[in-house]
Amino acid sequence: MQILIKRARVVDPGNIDGYKDILIRDGKFQSITDPGQAEESDGLQVIDAKGLTAIPGLIDVHVHLREPGHEYKETVASGLRAAARGGFTAVCAMPNTTPVNDNAQVTAFIIDQGKKAGSAKVYPAGAVSLGSSGISLAEIHDMKQAGIRAVTDDGLPVSSSQLMRRALEYCKTMDIPVLVHAEDKDLVNGGAMNEGPRATQLGIKGIPNAAESVMVNRDIALAELTGARVHFCHMSTAESIEAIRQAKQKGIPVSCETAPHYFSLTDNDIPPYDTHYKMNPPLRSETDRLAIIQGLKDGTIDMIATDHAPHHADEKDLEFDRAAFGIIGLETALPVSLKLVEQGHLSLPELVEKMAKAPAALMGYNNDITPGNPADLTLIDPESRFTVDPDTFLSKGRNTPFKGWEVTGEAVMTLVDGNIVYSRQ
Amino acid sequence: MRFDKKDILDIQSLSHEEIAMILDTAQGMKEISERPVKKVPTLRGKTIILFFQEPSTRTKLSFELAAKRLSADTVSISKSSSSIVKGETLIDTAKNLEAMKPDVIVMRHSSSGAAFQLSKRVGCSVINAGDGIHAHPSQALLDMMTIREAKGRLDNLTVAIVGDISHSRVARSDIIGLSRMGADVRICAPRTMIPMGIEQLGCSVAPDMESCVADADVVMMLRIQKERQGNILFPSEREYAGLYGLNKARLALAKDDVTVMHPGPMNRGVEISSDIADSGCSMILDQVTNGVALRMALFYLVAGGSRHADTD
Repeated sequence: MQILIKRARVVDPGNIDGYKDILIRDGKFQSITDPGQAEESDGLQVIDAKGLTAIPGLIDVHVHLREPGHEYKETVASGLRAAARGGFTAVCAMPNTTPVNDNAQVTAFIIDQGKKAGSAKVYPAGAVSLGSSGISLAEIHDMKQAGIRAVTDDGLPVSSSQLMRRALEYCKTMDIPVLVHAEDKDLVNGGAMNEGPRATQLGIKGIPNAAESVMVNRDIALAELTGARVHFCHMSTAESIEAIRQAKQKGIPVSCETAPHYFSLTDNDIPPYDTHYKMNPPLRSETDRLAIIQGLKDGTIDMIATDHAPHHADEKDLEFDRAAFGIIGLETALPVSLKLVEQGHLSLPELVEKMAKAPAALMGYNNDITPGNPADLTLIDPESRFTVDPDTFLSKGRNTPFKGWEVTGEAVMTLVDGNIVYSRQ
Repeated sequence: MRFDKKDILDIQSLSHEEIAMILDTAQGMKEISERPVKKVPTLRGKTIILFFQEPSTRTKLSFELAAKRLSADTVSISKSSSSIVKGETLIDTAKNLEAMKPDVIVMRHSSSGAAFQLSKRVGCSVINAGDGIHAHPSQALLDMMTIREAKGRLDNLTVAIVGDISHSRVARSDIIGLSRMGADVRICAPRTMIPMGIEQLGCSVAPDMESCVADADVVMMLRIQKERQGNILFPSEREYAGLYGLNKARLALAKDDVTVMHPGPMNRGVEISSDIADSGCSMILDQVTNGVALRMALFYLVAGGSRHADTD
């Protein structure tokens, strides 16, 4: 099986930026040559990519695939198809399934379901603690052998500072990154949206910025103490970004991600009691939104992840304080993030760095478009204009605040190991 | 002017003119409750459902009397007698109520926004009788009616509101309504009970009780929630009463003709001393009387007035 992608603009930051032909053979990049140079042979599938941009496959390091246990929300297969449609060639699956992915058997099951799906790749994240209950360590090495790429107690953050310290030390030994969902549940105290004038007006209990930043600061201190790599998930506040900026200046091994909704929306954008705008951490203030954009520009924020959190309509069509937290993002992340380029906040190579290259590095590999690497590739039509319509999503979830958004640019083809796993009709 | 709101969900969505119209209508309704036969046929044949998902005595009774005095048929459901305890969602309950063809649903609910969400799903009118910590529009309107009766106006008055603003839907609605009608609203409480950005609703935050009530035309005391004791908002009722309780010395700082109000139920000796609650400056029972007239006005305007006669 050979594929020749002709005349694409290839944007692979630090490697290539120019018009190239890409030859793929046996699931790997064979050659990247100037247009017209590649040899055409029998059985070669030629894709004319004139007008399209080829980038290393996007990787989403924060996704909830819900399987096992919550298949009515999403399955590994439906989530991976949604990922491929959104231009993602791999996703990191959070462990808060039922049962929790805190052992090698569950890890193996998720990987197996991923293989059966034949779509984007799944990199499971294992739980830090058994049952994500924050009491004792899970068998992290055993799970790593089975294929996890990171550990996290996402959604049930490790409240014990002692356990967190030991987890960081242990994971440093095992050479696996710890993804931190920074949230002080005690400060959240039943809050359902950002604490501020909008929450006061709507009468919704607020979640202060400090609920995130106190834990960011704690875990920066623990990263400094242990020397272990700490990656902060879905950063939403100005205070967290500033803390991470200073930590990086001091050489502490921290990295972080934000999600498209945190640089696109604020709490003032929430229509009255619209639960499609309810997620954790919540949409923050305009000050925070601008700080997130600044953090993306100056490199404090290393990457963009979606925190794709599918829920059934029945779990969202409720009173605001009773509705589930979380929104989906796999099929909107790229077009919504491309607005950063459109608005001049990031260059296209910088965006590719944050959505493809840096996430790959966090997952422990290199996804350069270079001979010998697995042919994970996303073709983007940068001119495609469309309106976000959740009814067309391949995800089982419809819980998105981006419904009706006019966006420009989308993935038109996604290749994983040289196989076309998504192609726009 | 015609009143064309389908629902009464909060004060925010009512204009200055609409508030004035409601208050004027309520003033006209008041006399009906003074008659030997306290009933007019205005809403005969209309069905009003009182859906109280949260405990209430005064507000529910007030709505029910208001409906009956206008000859509407009323039925009541409460949380314990409804399918909510069987796990039915708000939306399903709403659809079932709607299917029985009521003209108005009055709802009290523990979740902020519940009345708003209900109104999006039903064709009949919805009146919010209190949702979470968001809004209690009929209470704020009866407060405004009472103040207007006492002072002859709402503009250029200084109104002090003291107590747990964070957890008070009454305070939010009063602040928005009174400031919209031109009053100067000051609030006061320990910072544990002042929600972030409350000033944007139309008030200033006084640093202490004394400066809050100084030269006030109206002092409105909020119930301090005994059930929140053991919580961490204030250390004890004793300390709270010492700092924020309304007593004679503090009331002397207000205008000579000050009016004292309280939405009830009162904690005598905590947020308000008995001698003030029972004194001539207290309008607390007038609030209750006006509540019936005000709710009659709301029913009339959404279900019986011009809204249905010449629309659609």
